[in-house]
Amino acid sequence: MSSLAQKKGFGAVLWDYLTTVDHKKIAILYLISGGFFFLVGGLEAMLIRIQLMKAGNDFLSAGLYNEIITMHGTTMIFLAAMPLLLAFMNAIMPLQIGARDVAFPFLNSLGFWLFFFGGIFLNLSWFMGGAPDAGWTNYASLALASEGHGIDFYALGLTISGFGTLIAGINFLVTIINMRAPGMTYMRMPLFTWTTFVASALILLAFPPLTIGLFFMIFDRLFDSNFFVVEMGGNTIIWEHLFWIFGHPEVYILILPAFGIFSEIFAIFSRKRLFGYTALVFATILIGFYGFMVWAHHMFTVGLGPTANAVFALATMIIAVPTGIKIFNWLLTIWGGSIQFSVAMVYAIAFIPSFVAGGVTGVMQAIAPLDYQLHDSYFIVAHFHYVIVGGVVLGLLAGTHLYWPKMFGTMLSEKLGMVTFWFFFIGFHLTFFIQHFLGLFGMPRRVYTFNADQGWDLYNLISSVGALFMAIGIIVLLVNVVLTTVKNVRVGNDPWGDGRTLEWAIPSPPPFYNFAQTPLVRGLDTYWIEKMEGNKEGMIYAEPLGDIHMPNGSIIPFVMSFGMFVAAFGALYFMDDTKPWALAVLVIGLGITFGSMLVRSLKDDLGFYITKEELIEDAKRGGNTDGHK
Amino acid sequence: MMKGLTNWRLFALMTALLVFLSGCGREEISTLIPAGKVAQDQFNLLILSSIVMTFVIIVVSIIFVLAIVKFRRSKLGEDMIPEQVEGSAKLEFIWTAVPIVLLLILAVPTVYSTFDLADVTAMDSVNEEGEQNHLTVNVTAYLYWWEFEYPEQGIVTAQELVVPTDERVYFNLISADIKHSFWIPSVGGKLDVNPENVNKFYLEFDKPSSELETGVFYGKCAELCGPSHALMDFKVKSVDREEFDQWVTAMQEEPEPAAEALAQDGEEIFANSCIGCHAVSGVGSGGMAGPNLAAFGDRNRIAGFLEHDEETLKNWIEDPQQYKPGNLMPDGETNNGGEPFSEQELDALAAYLMSLTVEE
Repeated sequence: MSSLAQKKGFGAVLWDYLTTVDHKKIAILYLISGGFFFLVGGLEAMLIRIQLMKAGNDFLSAGLYNEIITMHGTTMIFLAAMPLLLAFMNAIMPLQIGARDVAFPFLNSLGFWLFFFGGIFLNLSWFMGGAPDAGWTNYASLALASEGHGIDFYALGLTISGFGTLIAGINFLVTIINMRAPGMTYMRMPLFTWTTFVASALILLAFPPLTIGLFFMIFDRLFDSNFFVVEMGGNTIIWEHLFWIFGHPEVYILILPAFGIFSEIFAIFSRKRLFGYTALVFATILIGFYGFMVWAHHMFTVGLGPTANAVFALATMIIAVPTGIKIFNWLLTIWGGSIQFSVAMVYAIAFIPSFVAGGVTGVMQAIAPLDYQLHDSYFIVAHFHYVIVGGVVLGLLAGTHLYWPKMFGTMLSEKLGMVTFWFFFIGFHLTFFIQHFLGLFGMPRRVYTFNADQGWDLYNLISSVGALFMAIGIIVLLVNVVLTTVKNVRVGNDPWGDGRTLEWAIPSPPPFYNFAQTPLVRGLDTYWIEKMEGNKEGMIYAEPLGDIHMPNGSIIPFVMSFGMFVAAFGALYFMDDTKPWALAVLVIGLGITFGSMLVRSLKDDLGFYITKEELIEDAKRGGNTDGHK
Repeated sequence: MMKGLTNWRLFALMTALLVFLSGCGREEISTLIPAGKVAQDQFNLLILSSIVMTFVIIVVSIIFVLAIVKFRRSKLGEDMIPEQVEGSAKLEFIWTAVPIVLLLILAVPTVYSTFDLADVTAMDSVNEEGEQNHLTVNVTAYLYWWEFEYPEQGIVTAQELVVPTDERVYFNLISADIKHSFWIPSVGGKLDVNPENVNKFYLEFDKPSSELETGVFYGKCAELCGPSHALMDFKVKSVDREEFDQWVTAMQEEPEPAAEALAQDGEEIFANSCIGCHAVSGVGSGGMAGPNLAAFGDRNRIAGFLEHDEETLKNWIEDPQQYKPGNLMPDGETNNGGEPFSEQELDALAAYLMSLTVEE
C-alpha cells in the first residue's frame, strides 16, 4: 500500500487538518485562525474610530467602548499578530534550514490547538456576559474592580493560549539548534531563521512572567487571595512590573520576525546578498537582549523615582543603536542592487520610513521627563501603531505576498496587491500620523468620548477617515485571496525568480516530507550559490535517496486542548455561588486533558516510513504530495 | 492631466494650511503651549529631540530616496546581476557611532531633568515661624472625581484646583480606590495616582487662568479607570498670590446660611438628601463620600466637565448616571427617599448650590 495520498473529500480534509502534525499544514491553520482574529480585531478598531469620529458621539456606550478597546488590543497582539508570525515561522523556517519538520511535530500541533481554544474562549466572553474591560494591559486595581466575568475570560484565555505560544517557542528553539542541514552553520542561517530563533528565545523567557501575573490575577479573583488587594497589603504595581517584563519583550517577539521577513525580501528583490549580514545578526541578538532591560519605560509615571527612571531611560535609548544598524544595512542592501517593485518589495520599502517614524518617537518617549507628557496620551497610541502596524502588519502583508506561492502553490494577484497596498499605506498614515498631535494637544488615550471645546475634533475625524481606507485595503486583500484560490494558477519552485534560500529550491507547496534528500549547505544563500554555479537542481545533497521516517498524525493535541477549554469554563464559574456544577466541569475538563496525556504516554506511536520507491514515484509526479493516507 | 494636477496641488496646499492653522491646540490643555516651568522644560526636550530626530529622518530619507530611484530594475535591465557585496566595517562603525553621539546629546538633559523634576526636598521646608515655605496640595482621586486638600490652610475643595501663580506648588497624590493619573497638560506632565503609595511632585503655574478663553486650565485623568475615565476631568484656576490668599481666607470661614427664600428651601432639601455625602463647608480635611461643594457657585463646570448652569445641574441631580456612567452618586429618586424630586425642589436645590460662593 502506498502511503502517499490522492484526492480527498471534505470530511477527510477536515480530519486531516485536525490531526495534522505537518509544520506546513499547522502553518495554514495558524494563518487562517490568525487571519480570522485579525478581521475581528480590525472590526473592533473600526468601531473605535466610528465612536471617536466626532465630539460627544453616542454610537457606543462607555462600558462597551472599554470592552472593545480591551479586546482590540488583546486580539491584535495575542490572537492575530503572533499567530500570523507563527504561521510564517512554521511554514518557512524548517524549509530554510533544510529540515523535514520541526523537532516536536506533536507539540507543534498541541501549541496551535492551545492557542486556538484560548482565543475562542477569550472571544466567547462577548456572548457570555461581557468582554474584559480593563485594557489589554489589565492593570490590577481596575481589573479587580471589574464586575462580571470579563477579566476571568482574559486571564484564563491568555493562560491557555500562552501555553500554546510557549510550546511553539521551545519547539522552534530546539528545531533550529538541532535540525539544521549539514553545512548550515549558525552564520549561514537565513535572517528569517535567525529572527525566529531570537524571537523564540524571547518567548521562552518572557511568557513565564505573564503566566505568573495571570495566575496571581486568577487566584485573586477565584480564591480571594490578596496579591493585588491593597487593603490587605497587596500591591498593584507588581502586576505592572510582571506585565511589562513580559510586555516589552513581546514587542520584539512581534517585530523581530517581521524584520526577518523584510530582510529576505530586500535580498530577493534587490537580487543582492544582505549587506552586513553579520551586523544584522548581532543587532538582532542585541535587540533581544536589551528587550529585557527596558520594561520600566512603560512605567515612567508610576512614581518609581528618578534613579530608576533615568537608568531605564538610558537603557531604552541604547536600543535605538542596533535598530539603526538594521535600517542602514537594509538601505545598503538595496543600494547597488536591482530593485524589482513587487508587492512584497513595495511593502518592505514602505516599511522603512514608517518604522523609522515609529522608532524616533520611541526615542522621544525614552526621554523620561518628556514621557510624563506623552505617556498615556494619543502620542503613545500613534507611536505603537507606527511600530506595530508600520512594522509588524506591513511585515505580515509583505510575508503573505512573498510566501503565499510557497505555502499554496499559487500567486496572489500583484495588481490587487498594489491596490491593497496603497489603500492600507495611505490609510495607515492618515489614521496615526495625526494622532501624535492629538496627544500633544492633551488628549488622553482610552477615552470613549471627548468634549468639543478641546480642539480635537478635526484631527479625530481625519483619523477615522484613514481607518476607513485601511479597511478598504484589507477587503481588497480578501477578494485577492478568494480570486487567487479560485483561479489556482500553479507555480514552480522559485516563482519570484530570484529566491536565495533553500525554501525556493523545492516545489511549491513542498511535498509533506520537504526534502527527499537532505541538502548540503555550502554558504549563506545556498540556493543562490547553486543557481549561480549553474546547478539545475538547486541543491547538492548530503545523503543518498533512502527511506524517510515520518511522524503519524494525531487527534490527541486537539482533545488535550479541548479539555483545557472545558476546564476553563469550570474555573470561570467556580467563584459563582449559584453555579455548583462549575467544579464538576473543571474536573471533567482537566480529566480530558490528563486522560489524553496518559493515552499519549502509554500508546507507542513509532511513526511510519516513506520508502525510497515511493519517493522516486512521487518525484516523477512533480514531488508535491501533500500527505499520507 | 494638467487639471488633475492643479486640483491635487490645491488639495495638498489646503491640507497643509488646515494643519498649520489649527496649530498647537487649545491653550487650556495643549502641551505645545506650556504655561509653567515643568511643561516648559518638557516642551524644550520635545523640541530638542525633534531636532535630533529630524536630522536622523533626513539622513535616512536621502539614502532611501536615492536608493529606490537609482537602482530600479526597469532602469538597470532584467538580466543585471548586482555585485554581491558582503558589507563594510567602516560603514558599520559610522552608523553605530553617530547614533551613540546623538543619544548622548539627548541623554544629558534627560538625566538632569529626570532628577530636577522629581526633586521634592523643599516640600517640607519651613520658615522661622514654622510655616511651610511652599504651598502643598493633597490630591485624592476617587471614581470619577478629584479632591484637593490644602493641609496647611485647613481647607478642602473638589473638582476645581485653585493655585497661586509664579511659585512652586507641591502635590501629594493618592487614590482612594483604583489607579488614576493626574495630568494638567499645559502645566506639566502626569504622575500616576496609585492606591498603595503617595506620589509627590511639583508644578508651577506661570499664567493666570483668567487670561484663557474659558478661564481655567483643563486637568485630566490619564489612566483607564472604568467607564467614565474619559469624563474624569478637573479644572484649574490659577490666580496671583494676593487673590489666592483672599480665596483661602474666604474658604476658611463657615458658609453663611442661604439668604433668598428659594435657596433657603434648597438648603433644607440639601440637609435632608445630600449632606450625607457632600459637605458645603471648605473647612476641614476631606474624605467624604462625595465631592466637597464649597464655593460650588464659583465653579467653572458641573461634575468637572458639564456646563455650569442651573438647568444642567438639575438634570445632573436627577440622573447622574446618564452623564457620568458608573459614578457612585445615586439618582434623585433614591436621594429623595424613593420619590423623584419635584421641579420646584430641583429649582430650590440648584438655587442653593449656585448661591454657595466665596468670590466677591
